[in-house]
Amino acid sequence: MTAELNLTVNGEPRRTGAATVADFVRELGLKVAKVAVELNGEIAPRSTLEDVRLNDGDVLEIVHFVGGG
Amino acid sequence: MTVTCWRSSTSSAGGNWPLSCGPHADTDPAMTDTASTDTWTVAGRNFTSRLIVGTGKYKDFAQNAAAVAASGAEIVTVAVRRVNVMDPTQPVLTDYIDPKKITYLPNTAGCFTAEDAIRTLRLAREAGGWDLVKLEVLGEARTLYPDMRETLKATEVLAREGFLPMVYCVDDPIAARQLEEAGAVAVMPLGAPIGSGLGIQNKVTIRLIVEGAKVPVLVDAGVGTASEAAVAMELGCDGVLMNTAIAEAQDPVRMARAMRHAVIAGREAYLAGRMKTRKYADPSSPLAGLI
Repeated sequence: MTAELNLTVNGEPRRTGAATVADFVRELGLKVAKVAVELNGEIAPRSTLEDVRLNDGDVLEIVHFVGGG
Repeated sequence: MTVTCWRSSTSSAGGNWPLSCGPHADTDPAMTDTASTDTWTVAGRNFTSRLIVGTGKYKDFAQNAAAVAASGAEIVTVAVRRVNVMDPTQPVLTDYIDPKKITYLPNTAGCFTAEDAIRTLRLAREAGGWDLVKLEVLGEARTLYPDMRETLKATEVLAREGFLPMVYCVDDPIAARQLEEAGAVAVMPLGAPIGSGLGIQNKVTIRLIVEGAKVPVLVDAGVGTASEAAVAMELGCDGVLMNTAIAEAQDPVRMARAMRHAVIAGREAYLAGRMKTRKYADPSSPLAGLI
């Protein structure tokens, strides 16, 4: 397990021991296949989420589809 | 073909217009088909239902799903929002409306700049894995009228990035043409402000857009009840997009069914080509042989 990282997730501060974006998404209780992730202002393609490592201070936006007109 | 249309007859540009308009056999392949094969195509994808429904404002997901089923819609609009990281176990839309069976059309509702809309759709493409999207860039909260300067800018960028944007816009034939030139795969003029249920306020401009467009035209926003959906279709639109008219009906599932019928009826009436109007009566029963 790596050291705890400080992240900003959907505007809120959060700490994690997850190494990759995919690990972190699962740690939140979410399915990787159902969300999209923006890492530090750039889209993190879903196919790469297992490999993209998190760094201290990273800013993540995690979104999904909700009802809308 | 004896359909009277303003486009083909300068002498009939009187009081009947635009309701006397009908399709052109030479330009509308649907003319020669029966209702069952009357499909429409956007960005190379074929659909049978000409009704697109939103997924907002419903009491719960179950009612939403039932309304979508009753509407017969093959496309639903969806919004892109932050996940609830505090309670990720909450039910989600995809549990009730299967994106493998119904095409999700991600929107940019709530975006007031081109930049925000583009960012939202880049995320949507990643979440959904497809390029067909609904672009709307709003100008102000009070009217939710589109900001056409930002909308045009966003359309250009999205088209360059390989998106297939269906674009919410003002009912302005020039703006519609500019969007088409910028890469819109469909233009979607408002009939009235979003969520207003006022019906189609300017049939003339909607018809002008239909006549000028090479891409599908869908009335997006403003429809309040079934007859108004039929009007959009009778004007020659390729489809209608609505949310509030169904979600805020007393019985949303029943209204969804009504809208399905209205869109089919309006389309059929358009293809059939309506009768000419007269100033005075014309008896339907023969005058000869009266007792």
